[in-house]
Amino acid sequence: MKELILQTSHISKSFGDAVDVPVLSDINLQLAKGEFVSVTGKSGCGKSTLLYVLSTMDTDYDGELYIDGVCMNGKTEPQLARVRNEKIGFVFQFHYLLNEFSVLQNVMMPALRLGRWEADEIRQRAYDKLVTLDMAQHAQKKPNQLSGGQKQRVAIARALINDPLIIMGDEPTGNLDKRNSEIVFETFLQLAQTQGQTLLIVTHDQEFARRTGRTIQMQDGKVA
Amino acid sequence: MKYELLIDISRALLLARWKQTLVAAIGVTFSITMFISLLSFMSGLNQLLDGLVINRTPHIRLYNDIKTSPVQPVALSANFKGASHHFVRSVKPKAARPEIRNSLAIIRALQKDPIVLGVAPKLVTQVFYNLGAVRINGIINGIQPEQEKRLFLFQDYVTSGAAGDLDRVSGGIILGKDIADKMMAAPGQVIYVTTITGTTVPLKVVGYFQSGLREIDQVNSYVSIATAQKLVGKPSNYITDIQIKLYDVGDAPALAMKLSKRFGVDAIDVQTENAQYETGSFIRSLISYAVGITLLVVAGFGIYNILNMIIYEKMDSIAILKATGFSGGDVQFIFTGIAAGIGISGGVIGLLLGFGGSLLIDQVPFETSSLPTVKTYPVNYNPVFYLIGFVFSVTTTFFAGYFPARKASRIDPVIIIRGK
Repeated sequence: MKELILQTSHISKSFGDAVDVPVLSDINLQLAKGEFVSVTGKSGCGKSTLLYVLSTMDTDYDGELYIDGVCMNGKTEPQLARVRNEKIGFVFQFHYLLNEFSVLQNVMMPALRLGRWEADEIRQRAYDKLVTLDMAQHAQKKPNQLSGGQKQRVAIARALINDPLIIMGDEPTGNLDKRNSEIVFETFLQLAQTQGQTLLIVTHDQEFARRTGRTIQMQDGKVA
Repeated sequence: MKYELLIDISRALLLARWKQTLVAAIGVTFSITMFISLLSFMSGLNQLLDGLVINRTPHIRLYNDIKTSPVQPVALSANFKGASHHFVRSVKPKAARPEIRNSLAIIRALQKDPIVLGVAPKLVTQVFYNLGAVRINGIINGIQPEQEKRLFLFQDYVTSGAAGDLDRVSGGIILGKDIADKMMAAPGQVIYVTTITGTTVPLKVVGYFQSGLREIDQVNSYVSIATAQKLVGKPSNYITDIQIKLYDVGDAPALAMKLSKRFGVDAIDVQTENAQYETGSFIRSLISYAVGITLLVVAGFGIYNILNMIIYEKMDSIAILKATGFSGGDVQFIFTGIAAGIGISGGVIGLLLGFGGSLLIDQVPFETSSLPTVKTYPVNYNPVFYLIGFVFSVTTTFFAGYFPARKASRIDPVIIIRGK
């Protein structure tokens, strides 16, 4: 049995004011270190909702969530922010880079917040991540000078900067054309295979899902 | 390192909308400039107007008031003890001299007191100025010119001649400007005054003085104390007033009470005597502060607007910052930082411009016959105003920034990110 990174126990969630509409019901998941997992399902099946619950950003749910063996229930907002900073890297459908800062500064930002390394070391690490993703020549550019695929790769570099336990993606290729999607997928695959990076990617792209290590199929808020 | 990063982010967001930021900062600058100029000018004016009276008013004046005895003789009689009503009452005071007894000893004792800046004796007596067959009521003040100059800026009001001439010219008199005009008395001429005892004495005009208050200038004249003593026919220890100037005018009421008890004379402090001037100053200051604060509050709304706009525009950035591990407190710090940046930069420039404005006002000619020594508008460069202005600008911007910043800190990243 490999080391468990993420574990859920009976997670349920429902939206609703007058009538409760269940979105997630009784989700039990286990993610081991080094797994490349995709979550798929039809639109509205709750896959993104699940991801945000797992990411600690959404705290309104029943059940228990363990990240790296630590229970996330009852943690304060700054504590959860710290967990996200340290242990989780995010890649979203939209890149969410800050246009006021250069590519390199964008990548450095989460590490500067964490403060585990000195600024010079962070700069070097950020540069190394950009080299890995073949984006080093754009390090000093502003994000709005890059193409969509390039921005997404910068976002991946940013997700990697703190050596997270897990990378979570919400439709990371949703906005990209075929060629750029391929590049992003290749990047993820490489991270999983060469560095043993744990990945949890939500996607509706069946082609994408089939090529990952494990696929979690969701239907009506349940794991099918 | 954390705060350095947060400040960096603040600065980047601030510069991203630098035009709107500039407008907000100009709002603060303008209000602080007005605040400083207005307050400096108002306070300068206050000082000038108060100075008209306060400068030449002693902080404490010792004198003997003519009054009836508070304990009437009949009350002391054993025969009428316990009577509910005395028919024989209000025994009038006898014609006691308004002299301060043992004045030299009192002056010596006062001069030793460490809180006393100086002491000037004075002899005030009523006279008539003789203008042909007409007699005009007047008051002659016998003074020590050197002490008056030092303590009560006497020279500032002597528009012609010198205060020192009173000591040099035997029987010299400095006439109030208005009475001098009435008597057509030029310096060097001799005028005649009649004392209350009926004797007529010639005095030589050595100069004019002009206080700016007409009712003083058409009655009062100054002679040396020795001349005054001769006028009333009293020895050289006869004085009617002891004027005291303190280092701190705030000590006056307490000391006045003490002196009154200790020396058995009447003592009045400047605060009691001139209460209305203080009220006037207070109201003027109040108005200046009210205007200044109103301006600042308006500027505060400007900052509030720009911050709300930045937050609305940078929703995405806030969401990703929170997603990548910045807490609500960090986000709040960033936006409060933006507000503080606008407030402090706008405030400091405002202070400088306010100083410039004060310098400008100080150059505007302002000549009035009642204020012979004042040539331009008065300005008070009190550093306290600058401190208050700065503190106000920082507090207003802090509050203007606090609410938008709190809103930003509460943004739920999930809603923003899923909305895309």
